[in-house]
Amino acid sequence: MAQVAEALEQEQDAQSVVKKFMFVNRKAPYGTIYALEGLEVVLISAAFDQDVSLAFLDDGVYQLVKGQQTKGLEVKNFSPTYRALEGYDVEKLYVEGESLEARGLREDQLLVPVQVVSAQEMAQLMEQQDVIIGF
Amino acid sequence: MLHIVNKSPYEKNSLTSCLAHALKGGALLLIEDAVYGATKGNVAEGAIRRALADLPVYALGPDLEARGMQGNVIEGVKVVDFGGFVDLVAEHRTSQSWL
Repeated sequence: MAQVAEALEQEQDAQSVVKKFMFVNRKAPYGTIYALEGLEVVLISAAFDQDVSLAFLDDGVYQLVKGQQTKGLEVKNFSPTYRALEGYDVEKLYVEGESLEARGLREDQLLVPVQVVSAQEMAQLMEQQDVIIGF
Repeated sequence: MLHIVNKSPYEKNSLTSCLAHALKGGALLLIEDAVYGATKGNVAEGAIRRALADLPVYALGPDLEARGMQGNVIEGVKVVDFGGFVDLVAEHRTSQSWL
């Protein structure tokens, strides 16, 4: 995470240009630390005024499912944070339709407004980025 | 774009997902346990052979050798060393690691 912050800082110092960052989330929320760590990095990058977008595909779509309750696990429920992203000007959330469908999920089961795109459209979005960081 | 995969196709769907998003003009580099995907007879062989029509596929030699897989690489997959890995990263505008 410190490395990402440093890289962002250097990018900005070097040319003060806004780059397109995409964070690609492919893992479910509580089985590993990836989803939570990814979210932390997104918030850091937003603080550097970059053009940030988030992609959710494969098991990553489970991160956005409504109704997450973690009391029984005694871990932090970080799902409300996705709703706060808008306040950091992170408004581009892309969810892959094929991944939703493969898991029997619908867009109305997600806790934030998203843009549902096809795998092909997702590939094009990835191609447009300057930096892609996967979690 | 250079797509980098490091997980065995038997353990994760990273390679499958990567191939579903790799566009012409890109390249695929298999490292660590993903080099099993570059070998003949593995579950992903068909997908790798189809991908070769659209994009170059590379596998990291030291990872193949460490696993005893150097003699079983799918035809058309190019084996590179660490220097070749660096060259690939430098040649492409962006790279993406599929964890």
